[in-house]
Amino acid sequence: MRDFTYHRPKTLDDAAALLAVEDSRPMSGGMSLLPSMKLRLSDWAHIVDLAAVPNLSGVREEGGQIVVGARTTHVQVATSQLLHARLPALAELAEGIGDPLVRNRGTIGGSIANADPAADYPSAVLALRATIVTNLREISGDTFFNGLFETALEPCEIVTAVRFARARRAAYAKYRHPASRYAVVGAFVAQYDDEVRVAVTGASSHVFRIAEIEALLRDNFSVAAIESVAPTLPAMNADLFASADYRAHLVVEMVRRAVAAASSRNALAD
Amino acid sequence: MLRVAMRVNGAEVSGEIEARTLLVEFLRQHLGLTGTHVGCDTTQCGCCTVHVNDVGMKSCTLLAIGCDGADITTIEGLARPDGLHPMQAAFCDNHGLQCGFCTPGMIMSATDMVRRKGHDLDAATVRKELEGNICRCTGYHNIVKAVQAGAAAMKTA
Repeated sequence: MRDFTYHRPKTLDDAAALLAVEDSRPMSGGMSLLPSMKLRLSDWAHIVDLAAVPNLSGVREEGGQIVVGARTTHVQVATSQLLHARLPALAELAEGIGDPLVRNRGTIGGSIANADPAADYPSAVLALRATIVTNLREISGDTFFNGLFETALEPCEIVTAVRFARARRAAYAKYRHPASRYAVVGAFVAQYDDEVRVAVTGASSHVFRIAEIEALLRDNFSVAAIESVAPTLPAMNADLFASADYRAHLVVEMVRRAVAAASSRNALAD
Repeated sequence: MLRVAMRVNGAEVSGEIEARTLLVEFLRQHLGLTGTHVGCDTTQCGCCTVHVNDVGMKSCTLLAIGCDGADITTIEGLARPDGLHPMQAAFCDNHGLQCGFCTPGMIMSATDMVRRKGHDLDAATVRKELEGNICRCTGYHNIVKAVQAGAAAMKTA
């Protein structure tokens, strides 16, 4: 890792001001940023550590939505009593990220701002009609992820929270890489009164929805409804662990598993 | 160079480091605490596990300067004046190691597991919770037994 200047601002405004300097990067848990810097896949002159910025963590319910602070760790999401009662699929997703030691440190805001194509949270952002709250504005989750490691965030913009819309039923299923625990393919399925959302991570340059499957599930939320579906998919990733064809197969299989898990669940009351 | 100060195994320590200095480098190279190992250097093997403010973390993926003011416990800080920590003793009693390289990380991870999951751990839970620690000798069977025994022993210790 090349050396850099380290900053530890105590307020969000100070953090944003520091990020105005060219070649600056915010750091939350550092579970993605530091490994990428060690490999020299990324290289920054200034690291702005958000650890001392207050009021960025915790899970709460607000106006029927679930608000998760950006610096809430994966273990906090995984063990949140509120989430287990009100949006258990999100807690289950967090429980499957990395390993316990990574979950003790890594945060939801860091994960979505990094936008790794194999990260788990982006699928929840898309499927759970999320809104990304930043120091500057609110961004619809639908327009947040733009490409490989690319988001709608501006250079001085810091994610402060993620708001999720509670689904009637939801589940996440992933085929995980056996060593890293990243999603080779992960599918998040969420059923609402007026729509069903199916979001897939790990399979392509960034998370995507499958309108064809969503339409079938809206009419009949069951595995049977998508038994013979062969959806049109974006270009699949391919690496030494999974070919493009295999990933395409896994997409449909993970969606089936998520639908099976969600449909076996009692619909949550308001 | 930056000045960093923290509490390591109960002692106030400080040093002059670069911003990029990792916590594990500070522990090993500046403080001489070489019980914390570097196995993979890529956040996967868990050999470098320490407790930061009582929470288990991988010290190869933490900046030392980010731990300024923190309370760190390493494997060297686990034993008590009257003998080994119950988890260390359980690894001895159950032959929970072969070459021993992963053992400090296993033990620090195991004690963090007890903090999170309690003292009564079944084998499936231990295996799932040890996902962040790799034993390249593949001696997991006895490690799992050791963690279960150590967790139970910590209850009465």
